[in-house]
Amino acid sequence: MSNASASAVLELRGVTKTYHVKQGLFGTARPLTAVNDVSLSLPRGEVLGLVGESGCGKSTLAKILLGLEAPTAGQVLVDGEEIGAQDRMTLARRIQPIFQDPYSSLNPRKSIFDIVSLPLRVHGIGDRAHWEKEVRSILDIVGLPARVMNTFPSQMSGGQRQRVAIARALIMKPEIVICDEPTSALDVSVQSQILNLLGDLRSEFGLTYLFISHDLAVVEHLATRVAVMYLGRIVEEAGVAGLFDEAAHPYTQALLKSVLTPEPGLGVPDTQLGMAYPNPIDPPSGCHFHPRCPMATELCKTTAPRPVETPGGRVECHLHDPQSPMHNPKAA
Amino acid sequence: MTQLDTQDPILAEITGPTPGQMLRKRVFGHQGLMIGLVVLVILTLVAIFAPLLAPHDPYAQSLMTRMEPPVFLGGDWEHPLGTDHLGRDYLSRLIYGARVSLMIGVIAALISGVIGTAMGVAAGYFGGRVDMVVTFLINVRLAMPVVLVALAVVAILGGSLQVVIVVLGLLLWDRFAVVMRASTLQVRGREYVAAARAIGASTPRVILSEIMPNIANNLIVVVTLEMAHAILLEAALSFLGLGVQPPTPSWGLMVSEGKNMMLFEPWMVLIPGAVLFVLVLAINLMGDGLRDVTAPENRS
Repeated sequence: MSNASASAVLELRGVTKTYHVKQGLFGTARPLTAVNDVSLSLPRGEVLGLVGESGCGKSTLAKILLGLEAPTAGQVLVDGEEIGAQDRMTLARRIQPIFQDPYSSLNPRKSIFDIVSLPLRVHGIGDRAHWEKEVRSILDIVGLPARVMNTFPSQMSGGQRQRVAIARALIMKPEIVICDEPTSALDVSVQSQILNLLGDLRSEFGLTYLFISHDLAVVEHLATRVAVMYLGRIVEEAGVAGLFDEAAHPYTQALLKSVLTPEPGLGVPDTQLGMAYPNPIDPPSGCHFHPRCPMATELCKTTAPRPVETPGGRVECHLHDPQSPMHNPKAA
Repeated sequence: MTQLDTQDPILAEITGPTPGQMLRKRVFGHQGLMIGLVVLVILTLVAIFAPLLAPHDPYAQSLMTRMEPPVFLGGDWEHPLGTDHLGRDYLSRLIYGARVSLMIGVIAALISGVIGTAMGVAAGYFGGRVDMVVTFLINVRLAMPVVLVALAVVAILGGSLQVVIVVLGLLLWDRFAVVMRASTLQVRGREYVAAARAIGASTPRVILSEIMPNIANNLIVVVTLEMAHAILLEAALSFLGLGVQPPTPSWGLMVSEGKNMMLFEPWMVLIPGAVLFVLVLAINLMGDGLRDVTAPENRS
């Protein structure tokens, strides 16, 4: 990859994950490519927002980064070292997740102390007095009083639970935090608290975030770069300002139109995407986005676009590829 | 820590009862569960302290006082529940019989619980080939009629308390495997399991400390049901003469020995039948109650 920078703390090279899905009792297994040739580079201290509709492969990508799933092809590099070559313990100290649903991410049978101190206990760091000190300090950092240590998740609200999940992720001081839609299960008023907390923690600990979301407003608030995912592919990647000001890919443009504005009377915006999300087992030919693209041409139905460098990043669309046959039909 | 502000919205809500307190409240508020529990505790104490409680030696025969009726049918207080066809005290035999029934119930449920839980959890957690093998084994086991297999094995190896316990333990694991597999599948997908794995926790640790505590309630319910199942099967095998061998006092054997006299002395069948019924009812009440108090829909 030409854009591999030395300071990239997390780098993905052509990562692909294919599942085999059996349809019916006697059906033959068909491949489902959840993540398709994804290359990303995340410099230290940045926040990369990963956006896309449900089912586009965001969460699968998160599982691969956490070492919970192995990629079918491609490489994931953390600090230049491949993920598969590292043992799980080392990886766990570098990358930690914050999950979407705080009601499912905390074991209901365990006290908050047990949940937050689990990383220390698994890694055999210190003794009980040390764990208590660490848990106390990390709870303080995420804005919870020390007395919650003896309570259980069922006694807490969603926002409090998410703070516990953040405390668990940060107690080992990881370099990278994978936030998989950390606010989508929360009330709007609590969402902003959690987002601000994540922002503060990033500057305090020098964290690098991969922030997965389907909510562009949330991404705009926190991210420094944005990657847009569609059907397992990164269709556009750009700096946050560039992407929000002049989105190149028609899909990004449609997503931006779908952001709810606080203005009353406008109603739910029309994304003009029309058709439903395609079945990932049976992806459309050519450019995967062409059935829903308002600017699709005959070429889009047959030929997949190649990634093109743009001033702010990268885009996969014939419209922006000067070499595409679309712009010089004679060469086609 | 700095002084905590009680007006802080973050602190305001952490005041509810702990899960343990809520469980205790539900347990003591559940009538069926309490009745079953009390009966079971009494029967267990009776079984444990049988030598102190039994008025006579359960093996002592007395041909002079054969088939004396119980007190309520005109007998005397020397033998409150009468004597059997060999003149042995019926109450003492009932009390010692509780030992056999409870021991078979507990140990057989324990053996099958270990086998079935190991298989079910492995199938649910690992999926794929392991799941296929376990599901196949469950289906094979379900295709075998328990009583016939037990009869065949006991007929070959000879009937004794140990053989009956082991045979039942090796046969009754199917429900454990089915229930534990389904529960594990359900819990495995929770994000706290993924979080524990992302932390670097080993597979045994994830299974023992993240999954098991969350499926233990289902396990307890199945344990009680299988205990009742094993007790009834022992009684059935003993009745058929292939279970516990005489002169060991067993409720099933007492029914069997009394059946020849059933038309003339019906109490000889009815008394052991009644205590068997009460024991199984108590266990089932407790199992149902446990399912009620631990069911997720009961949680606030």
